[in-house]
Amino acid sequence: MIQIYHALKVDKDICYGCTHCMNVCPTDAVRISDGKALILKKRCIDCGECLKACPVDAIYVEQDDLDNIFEYQCRIALVPAVFTGQFPTYVSEEEIFSMMKELGFTHVFQAEFMVDVINELMDEQMKINNEKPLISTFCPSVMRLIQVRFPALIDHIASVKPPVDASAAFYRKMLQNQGVPDCQIGIFYVTPCAAKIAAIKGWSEDQGAVINGVINMRYLYNKLYAKIKNNKDRDRELPILPHLSSKAIQWSLTRGEADNMKGRCLAVDEIHNVIEFLERLENDEIPTVDYLELRACDQGCAGGVLLHGNRFMTVDRMKRRAYQLESVAGDVDWKEYAEIIEDRNLFVSKIDPLPTISLDQDFQEALKKMERIRNLMCYLPGIDCGACGSPGCQALAEDIVQKKANLSNCVFLQRMMEKNKKLSSEHAIRIIERTWGRDRLDKDCKKIGAKNEGM
Amino acid sequence: MEFIYEVDGGDFGKAGNASSAVKKILKQLNVHPKIVKRTVVALYEAEVNIVAHAYKGIIRVNITPEYIEIVLDDKGPGIPDIELAMKEGFSTASPKVREMGFGAGMGLPNIKKNVDELNVSSEVDHGTIVEMKTYL
Ligand code: SF4
Ligand code: SF4
Repeated sequence: MIQIYHALKVDKDICYGCTHCMNVCPTDAVRISDGKALILKKRCIDCGECLKACPVDAIYVEQDDLDNIFEYQCRIALVPAVFTGQFPTYVSEEEIFSMMKELGFTHVFQAEFMVDVINELMDEQMKINNEKPLISTFCPSVMRLIQVRFPALIDHIASVKPPVDASAAFYRKMLQNQGVPDCQIGIFYVTPCAAKIAAIKGWSEDQGAVINGVINMRYLYNKLYAKIKNNKDRDRELPILPHLSSKAIQWSLTRGEADNMKGRCLAVDEIHNVIEFLERLENDEIPTVDYLELRACDQGCAGGVLLHGNRFMTVDRMKRRAYQLESVAGDVDWKEYAEIIEDRNLFVSKIDPLPTISLDQDFQEALKKMERIRNLMCYLPGIDCGACGSPGCQALAEDIVQKKANLSNCVFLQRMMEKNKKLSSEHAIRIIERTWGRDRLDKDCKKIGAKNEGM
Repeated sequence: MEFIYEVDGGDFGKAGNASSAVKKILKQLNVHPKIVKRTVVALYEAEVNIVAHAYKGIIRVNITPEYIEIVLDDKGPGIPDIELAMKEGFSTASPKVREMGFGAGMGLPNIKKNVDELNVSSEVDHGTIVEMKTYL
């Protein structure tokens, strides 16, 4: 059984079961039980829509302790371009990166460093891949989405790893070649989203994990920005680090890949758009496209849930930085690294399907369950209010046949049952309490919007 | 288990609704992804045919442990020469329909490629019945 890792967690002390997350989840992965949100692991794709929708920040991203870096002698921060894109333009990369050294990192490297190599490999693969379009592996949330909901499209997925994985593998090899023992190398990725954490933590041993930990970007931003604000001397020396090309800086933004791949390339961002597009692709409704760039976030990684700033501002800043670099030829001397780059294993791997929407592994059983669902739908009122703790009537019916809920969870059917004396009002209240918590219907003037909010 | 969908002629915005619904059902029934894909491609093609050529139609999908059977029954102009319509590249779709990306003459041949059994019968000025079957 494949172990599915998720980085999004619900803080049960803060969550008050308001259903915002349940209503926005694009894969129907949230239920309310005992007054708290519950994320169904098999369905969640770590897109973070729930986190964005939560009014009280009860959904959080699990992160590694920054102190973990000190387990290694060689402590590398792997930083994506969107990170610097959040700082005001008067703060230089030099300043940001040198401050990171003060936090304890020995090296700062850029996650998009390998973009040129990846771009080339991907172009090569596009030529030989039978299935068109070739789908980019860049966004792990989209990868998970295809695994669980569009398994028929698995063969479209490129086997070329995203730049961050490739860059990490590259740096590790480079340091090894310089004589640093592998066990002393700790690579920490500064993540813009939960999906990247899930992808990194979900690596199995035999795939050979090359990233040792993740640092929450929002956390690091806050820490660094405070340091920068208090910093008097602006002039800092850049720790040895090649400049990214203009292309590499923009790679994680919408059209970052599509504009640089050969052939007819399409870019789709934001998870609902991606789902709609994949539905059509699966129906063969999409005319020939050679390459598909898909991103779970609006504006690509600039819309990542762990970014501090406004995504449009971040895009603007990154474009400016990229523009400044356009005249400067990329200062990476690839020849120097030829030996590492030739090691294809560093850059290529495969993704397996993980279909999870089936009602049962066994077809006959699934058929029976579907029959029951259709029956149940005759009774459910179709109001999709979510008061049962499932995201809609259909979802409740599915939960019932999976033995995770009862018909009496529907508040409207409860009234009917009470009227027909099939349910006592005490029992009805107990059912509500099971879903919404014991004290949910007590008067509470401190809740959001009530007269003593915040007191 | 039977599922029934109605299709309106001329409304391309809704073409594909039935295919999408059937796709979800097949996935929930844990049908192999390759079979899901083939079935949906065939059904979509046939559904668009109704939208493009007929006034209206009814799609009946019957799923059993052995096979998926889909019957599309439309009211419309019918097909005068079915053999000709089965040839690749043949299409009667109007230029407007073609521009929307439909009716490039792939219709019936493409359906045939994606199902195990196909039977087309038609009465001119009356309508067409497309029956397809895929074994599980
Ligand atoms: S991350 Fe996305 S898929 Fe997972 S529970 Fe939240 S909204 Fe749903
Ligand atoms: S678009 Fe970028 S930030 Fe958003 S989920 Fe995908 S990889 Fe993460």
